[in-house]
Amino acid sequence: MIDRRLIQNFDWVLLLLTAAIIAVGLVTLYSALSYGGKVHAGILTRQLYWYGLGVLVMILAFSLDYQWLERFAYPAYVFGIVLLVAVLLQGKTVSGSKRWLDLGLVVAQPSELMKPLLVIGLARFFARQEKRGGYRLRELGLPAIMVIVPVVLVAMEPDLGTSALLLAISVSMILFVGVNLNSLLLLAGISLSSLPLFWFLMKGYQRQRVLTLLDPGRDPLGAGYHIIQSKIAVGSGQFWGKGFLKGTQSQLRFIPEHHTDFIFTVLAEEWGFVGSLLLLALFLCLLLRGLNVARRSRDQFGVLLGFGITAIIFWHVAVNIAMVLGMLPVVGIPLPLVSYGGSSAVVTMASVGILLNVAMRKFVFQK
Amino acid sequence: MTSFSPLSTSSINGERLRYPVVLYLVASVFVVLLLRLWYLQIIRGDSYRNLSENNRIRLEDIVPTRGIIYDRHGRILVDNRPAFNLAIVPEDVSDIHLTLGQLSGLLGVEQAQFMEKFQSAPKGAPFRPVLLKRDMTRDEVAAVESHRFDLSGVMVQIEPKRSYERPSFAAHLIGYLGEIEEAQLKGKRSQGYKLGDYLGKYGVELEWEEALKGERGGRQVEADAAGRQLRILREVPSQPGHNLVLTLDTGLQLRAERALEGKAGAIIALDPNTGDVLAMASSPAFDQNQFIRGLSATEWQSIVDNPLHPLENKSIQGQYPIGSTFKPVVLAAALEDGVVDPNTILSCYGEYRLGNHVYRCWKKGGHGELALHQALVQSCDIYFYQLGQKLGVDRMAAYGKGFRLGRKTLIRLNNEAAGLVPTAEWKLRRFGVPWQKGEDLVTAIGQGFLLATPIQMAVFYAAIANGGKFLRPRVVLRVEDPDGAVIKNVGPEIVGQLNLNPNTLSFLQGALEGVVQEPRGTGRVAQLRGKLHEIRVAGKTGTAQVIRAPEDEEEQDESEIPYKFRDHAWFVAYAPAEAPEIVVAVLVEHGGHGGSAAAPLAREVMEEYFSSRLVEERVARSQ
Repeated sequence: MIDRRLIQNFDWVLLLLTAAIIAVGLVTLYSALSYGGKVHAGILTRQLYWYGLGVLVMILAFSLDYQWLERFAYPAYVFGIVLLVAVLLQGKTVSGSKRWLDLGLVVAQPSELMKPLLVIGLARFFARQEKRGGYRLRELGLPAIMVIVPVVLVAMEPDLGTSALLLAISVSMILFVGVNLNSLLLLAGISLSSLPLFWFLMKGYQRQRVLTLLDPGRDPLGAGYHIIQSKIAVGSGQFWGKGFLKGTQSQLRFIPEHHTDFIFTVLAEEWGFVGSLLLLALFLCLLLRGLNVARRSRDQFGVLLGFGITAIIFWHVAVNIAMVLGMLPVVGIPLPLVSYGGSSAVVTMASVGILLNVAMRKFVFQK
Repeated sequence: MTSFSPLSTSSINGERLRYPVVLYLVASVFVVLLLRLWYLQIIRGDSYRNLSENNRIRLEDIVPTRGIIYDRHGRILVDNRPAFNLAIVPEDVSDIHLTLGQLSGLLGVEQAQFMEKFQSAPKGAPFRPVLLKRDMTRDEVAAVESHRFDLSGVMVQIEPKRSYERPSFAAHLIGYLGEIEEAQLKGKRSQGYKLGDYLGKYGVELEWEEALKGERGGRQVEADAAGRQLRILREVPSQPGHNLVLTLDTGLQLRAERALEGKAGAIIALDPNTGDVLAMASSPAFDQNQFIRGLSATEWQSIVDNPLHPLENKSIQGQYPIGSTFKPVVLAAALEDGVVDPNTILSCYGEYRLGNHVYRCWKKGGHGELALHQALVQSCDIYFYQLGQKLGVDRMAAYGKGFRLGRKTLIRLNNEAAGLVPTAEWKLRRFGVPWQKGEDLVTAIGQGFLLATPIQMAVFYAAIANGGKFLRPRVVLRVEDPDGAVIKNVGPEIVGQLNLNPNTLSFLQGALEGVVQEPRGTGRVAQLRGKLHEIRVAGKTGTAQVIRAPEDEEEQDESEIPYKFRDHAWFVAYAPAEAPEIVVAVLVEHGGHGGSAAAPLAREVMEEYFSSRLVEERVARSQ
């Protein structure tokens, strides 16, 4: 299955970039888990295990020809939806929302898995329905349903952040394949005008939730406080940072979730502008590399798959860091390959595996 | 480049045009993020570094005030008072041993005790004050305040504290608060509870926790390097809890508690038309304020070791044999099933023989010949043995269940017991021994396996009084917000119906009235006195054996029997007999005869009720 040509075409740069980000992530996680000279080794070990599993999944993801993904795109998509329904029916409730599914051995977040499955499904659809001059509205009916179902299911958990992210990834892909200009304007018009309707349908506490999401200052004891402390942590890093394990803000636990969603504060505080710049540069290179894979792919499915996977990583990085820097609402979006979290780590590594897969097989002729 | 494969379609070419746009978009997002980082870390870096070094911005809780509890007339039963807690912020203390030593000198508490509290505090967010001592006296507060500047990091926090206005008043009904336990906290964190919070642990305080608790607030505080508060940045006020208006009548409750003084037992007064619990006393009681102050180990031990179980709410939790207060069930069963009619005359010679056993009547010489009405009025055991023999246990059990014995009354208080109505099948299952004929007899006079709680008896007699409605006993009349606006009215709730022929019911009511008002009635003592003597009372006495009396021995004088072997005394009554307004159930543990030990207590409670009614009416008339 893997012949010499495949090895020649293996995208080592992509792999190295991924490894570099994981390395930065682990150093930061180590620091985030240190408190008063002690390290919370349990969580660190668990994350290492997850990366171990991630490597296996990644190998699996690039070994099999991605044509298989195309063949099983829809069943995989349906499987993802089933998991999302299962999580609503019997998920574990953690701080008021059901996001976790107990699978016996591990507890996983199906919404993480849904991201690549949705991308694969959409890639499959658009690869078979080629179109000149952009899609018209009525031709987008099926993909619209494919997007809306998981977006709504995730929003019901409720996990509005991930729901919005799924939407952003899908819209990126649809815009990428091209939409007829008139249809695009109409769609934008419909979306904007339906917002007040949603607002009208929401219950009081739901509106409150959305308002807090948009303006953390409304919740000075929760999100508002997190943002203040987050900005203090990042800002106090200044140019060179305070040094490894010397970040007082995050280490003194001013930052809640500082080993998960807010882990960037730890890096920015301890390594300053220089460190932040390095991580951002690594991510930017990874994304450009991902786009390159898409660009060079020889078939429509590969192009869309590469683009979609890259879009997943892009939106995570952009939304997470913008949130930490106080530019976007506080939503539970992890920083890929840096934040602690098994589902995210394994799914991101599988996604990189898919990118490697697409990169590797660009020359191989198919039937 | 080989990637420009001849197979590539125009659509892909079209997409290729979009790559520069995508690159441009991605790059510009990263530039924006970098600009933001530059702004935070370089331009504002100094000021953020400064804020971070002093860790200046902290979060403090504002504890909500718990709802006030009133009686039905608006008298305050439970309120809140300010309490002064001693706390310390670990990060602000330079030398913890020195500071704790100073505090120990000022307050006369051993330093080791403070140290232990300090070290066992959970490691949460930084700059969280650690509680050293709750509820200091005024003198202690003054001592700490006057040394404030030598004690860096030490603070006095003001917190609302629960205050039970009359010590031990309605203790079992109102209940008390306690500090949240760690195991409890796990499930309750999402409801906003935190370590160190107080929450309802017993009674109304427990059952109505949701309404009473209120909502925590908090503030963002900017502090100086020594931890002193400079200014409040943002504040979310706490929301006080809702107030409760109970169905309780303070005067009646006090009277009931006084009646039980020095005894173990329970008194319940219900309004038979609404199910309102007008009084619920269980003796011995406890002082709820002790739980708020915090019980010492010895205080706790003395409560737990007390053989009379002060923490048990005997009115809903105590399950007792009910003796002759069960007889109305047997009477109703016999009439309904046609076993007897009101004119059936049976003889009582003081003894009844079945097989080798001799069953006695409580009256040694016997009652002679009597009809059904007199059999209940005089509580003749021999008459009821014969009814029991004819009915059999299962028919009596069916009617017992019809009177809702053996199931909870659904009063909204914790630990209610269900009692027990035995059947032949139950006994076989439970003990593996078949039902004996003689047990039919014993059951007919409310002995044997039969068990009930005082609240069940009150609800049972209330249904006779009100013509057949089983009401759910109601403890809370309404919930009000802090401004007094009604949030929720708790309406009366009918949970069942007594399925008796109206003739049977009125016969039963007449007989119960005879028990108190007729010269030979066993409950004569409960007749109201003085101005109130015209109010007619209906009721039934019960003397429940705790152990089976030795069969062939001469009956002993009550005072010679050891306390724990003495009979339980019951009396359940309602008045006025023709239009009942109040039902009173009295149980005195090991009190002896129902007629002499329990009936007078019921009379006292009813007299209190009707005389305060008279006063009210007179006041109303004069206005």
